[in-house]
Amino acid sequence: MADTVIAVTLLWGLVFIYAIMASMDFGAGFWSMVYINKEKTNATNIANRYLSPTWEVTNVFIVAIVVGLFSFFPSATFTLGTVLLIPGSIMLLLLAIRSGFLVFSHMAKGYEKALIYVSGVSGIFIPALLICVLPITHGGYINKVNGNDRLDLGALFTSPNVYMFMLFAFTSTLFLSSLLLTDYSKTSDQYNAYEVYRRDALITGPCSLIAGFLVIATLRTESPWIYNNMMDHVWALVASIIAFIIAGLCLFLPTKSRLGRPRISVVMVIIQYFFASYVYGRSHLPYMVYPNVTLEEGFTDPATFKALFITYIVAFIILFPGFVYFWSLFMKDRGYLKKNFKSKDDNDPEGAY
Amino acid sequence: MDHLVTARSMFGMTMGFHIIFATLGVGLPLMILIAELLYQKTKDPSYNIMAQRWIKGFSVLLGVAIPTGTIAGTQLSLLWPGFMEVVGKVMALPFQIEIYAFFIEALFLSIYVYAADRISPFMRILSVIFIAIGGAASAVLITNVHAFEGTPAGFTITDGNITNVEPWAAFFNPSFLVTAGHVVVSAYTTVGFIIASVAAYKMLRSRKDKKVYSFHRKALIIGLTVGGVFSFLTALNGHESAQHLYEYQPEKLAGAEGLFETQDHAPLTLGGFTDVENQEIKYGIEFPWALSFLAGNSFDTTVIGLNDFPREYWPPLFIHTLFNSMVVIGGFLLMLALAAFVWTKFLKKKEFPKLFLWAFIISGPLAVIAIESGWIFACTGRQPWIIYRMMKTSEAVTTSADLSLLFFLFLLVYIILGIAVVLVLRYYFKRHPVSEDLAKLNSEGGI
Ligand code: HDD
Ligand code: HEM
Ligand code: HEM
Repeated sequence: MADTVIAVTLLWGLVFIYAIMASMDFGAGFWSMVYINKEKTNATNIANRYLSPTWEVTNVFIVAIVVGLFSFFPSATFTLGTVLLIPGSIMLLLLAIRSGFLVFSHMAKGYEKALIYVSGVSGIFIPALLICVLPITHGGYINKVNGNDRLDLGALFTSPNVYMFMLFAFTSTLFLSSLLLTDYSKTSDQYNAYEVYRRDALITGPCSLIAGFLVIATLRTESPWIYNNMMDHVWALVASIIAFIIAGLCLFLPTKSRLGRPRISVVMVIIQYFFASYVYGRSHLPYMVYPNVTLEEGFTDPATFKALFITYIVAFIILFPGFVYFWSLFMKDRGYLKKNFKSKDDNDPEGAY
Repeated sequence: MDHLVTARSMFGMTMGFHIIFATLGVGLPLMILIAELLYQKTKDPSYNIMAQRWIKGFSVLLGVAIPTGTIAGTQLSLLWPGFMEVVGKVMALPFQIEIYAFFIEALFLSIYVYAADRISPFMRILSVIFIAIGGAASAVLITNVHAFEGTPAGFTITDGNITNVEPWAAFFNPSFLVTAGHVVVSAYTTVGFIIASVAAYKMLRSRKDKKVYSFHRKALIIGLTVGGVFSFLTALNGHESAQHLYEYQPEKLAGAEGLFETQDHAPLTLGGFTDVENQEIKYGIEFPWALSFLAGNSFDTTVIGLNDFPREYWPPLFIHTLFNSMVVIGGFLLMLALAAFVWTKFLKKKEFPKLFLWAFIISGPLAVIAIESGWIFACTGRQPWIIYRMMKTSEAVTTSADLSLLFFLFLLVYIILGIAVVLVLRYYFKRHPVSEDLAKLNSEGGI
């Protein structure tokens, strides 16, 4: 494989992981806000229990993407850095408020509700802003003024395609997070929360699928080059839809305790997103920013790439056991997940933290 | 405001805010580790309580350190795209490796905080060690990018193209070890004195409650010990840093000392203001020959003055004050720790008089001021270069206009976060006073 292809695949992998983790993260923050007054369902607690140990790890991925981008494709970063100043800064401001208040809400129990509102609301806008980077790279929103690239905010915010991307980000954030929380509540034996999140997943799932179709439909008129490329890989889109349908059906599989096998659904939905982002990423090539920057033009120095690639491999070997340990402590340990709720019932102020 | 000045102020503001939380984030894990180890050794539950309280404070501070750091990292590409293009091609390694350090820190922090009751004491201590390593490594690595800006290596620019890239030569640029070392030891110094500040303040207010008082006294001793040891290392290494300036960025050293004429037996002036017209420092205290000694370990060393550099390469001359603040504070902290050591170990006094306690109380904030002055000195003193003698800051700045509004939005968000974090810390520690933790211990049957 060419170095550029390896680099862009690694970057794509990071974006894919972040897209999934961030949806769950921002979505969980949003749900914890929505259900804050329904104490009996424990839905807010489920969301917080998931969020507390994971948000930092999720956050590292966005930094990893920024670093991956400028170290693999410095020239593309030059263009993107220049045009993204305003949307990027707004995203950063929201992220700062969101993360700060998320942490504060765990510590200042007396003001928990207000703080959760601030972090929930600021968090839910972040995916919608982040996703705007995609249509911007499709071309049409960058003008040259005196030889410098400028983002045409007017064109950006009057484009139906951009709004469809935002809608997609919003709905799929809600879908992924509610589905994950369905599974998480089941593992924790919290059946009230389970019912709530299962219902939410069943509502938001089809919405996100429709939004996905709308994105593709509007791409057809606004960025035909990428639309046409996508149609060359239509098999993967079909695979994606099949995975979605299986995921939906699994929520109706009867089991011993309740209706639904959310763990399989989660896996299927990740497969669904995998295929969908594969088609999208594949069709985006060879452009990083259409039509100004291609993979080859934007690429870093070969010596630097080689050094970076080696660190990736070494880091993977070192970090992988850490991730497994983390996973086994927080996602799998049924004893932990259940026990923690008891301490909550005892009204122990630390237990919830 | 001028476009370039706005961009510089915006980035400087982000860093100036981030660094407070980042420094504490580097240093606190060391303190927590020491407390955990003391607990395992002495079985005195005070140390366990200490570790638990510090980790709570630490996780609140990270709620600001992490998002502001994320801002810093992204803002580099947004505000200095020209610089980041070079960094991406030449100096990407430290950023990339820093990500791995962040992962280690984030994973083990969550494990330590949220799974503490489910893992063995050994795993707990191991987790803290990983957190401390992750924090120190991220500081070392990001500082390496700063070191590279001052002493670039591993590439050449011909006709605007970057060639002959050697990423590891860039990574091990001449000032990497000195600069990174200075940042890490000064972070430990700062956190040591911050802990001492808080403890001394609490001691003043808990004279009557013996148990609480002795709890804070233990914390004070840990803080002073760490602060004392590391302020000594900071001073040693600071001397080394100054010699690096002499070798690699002579105009910065000349600016820091307000030295206009090239000379041997050059004097060092403390305090005062650089007067450009008369080419001297006004109202300062002069130590004859000292600068030559500082720069080269001998009074014969010739130090190059500002007049031997083109005027456009002069750094702003107020860096003299910034450099002085750092050095004076460093000296004060070292003396303070020494005095406390002599007081308890040689004079065998049990209690610290009020004056002593007040000196401890101001030591923490002073250390933070030293950190801020040191950074502003180092970054501003490099001007007009973003990469010394390679790229001007004005060539690297974004071409997007209209930074002013964004500047004020960031300022606003930092003010909100800054106030909120103080309120939350106060709220939490008021609700959970030490006396309660200590009482819980007794009610559990004095085991
Ligand atoms: C507690 C904080 C603290 C203290 C007490 C000191 N420093 Fe420092 N100093 C820093 C915190 C710091 C810093 C904030 O960490 C800097 C900014 C950039 C850097 O590399 O470290 C720094 C930079 C810095 C530089 C500039 C390096 C450059 O521009 O590349 C020099 C020459 C010194 N220091 C020298 C000293 C000396 C001689 C000290 C005498 C005691 C001293 N520092 C104490
Ligand atoms: C963390 C503490 C830091 C503080 C308080 C700080 C402060 C500042 C300030 C005040 C400026 C504006 C200087 C001027 O233009 O007059 C600046 C610029 C800058 N600093 Fe730092 N800095 C810090 C750390 C770093 C680090 C670690 C790096 C390296 C990655 C760095 C890289 C830069 C760059 C690229 C600029 C913009 C260009 C320039 O003005 O040279 N800074 N910083
Ligand atoms: C231009 C300079 C800097 C940049 C770009 C930067 C970048 C960052 C980023 C992106 C994060 C968030 C990491 C995460 O998502 O977990 C962060 C956090 C942090 N930074 Fe900075 N930083 C800078 C300067 C510094 C300096 C000088 C220090 C140390 C003295 C430092 C220490 C830390 C620490 C300890 C954290 C918390 C890490 C964690 O827990 O994940 N940073 N920084």
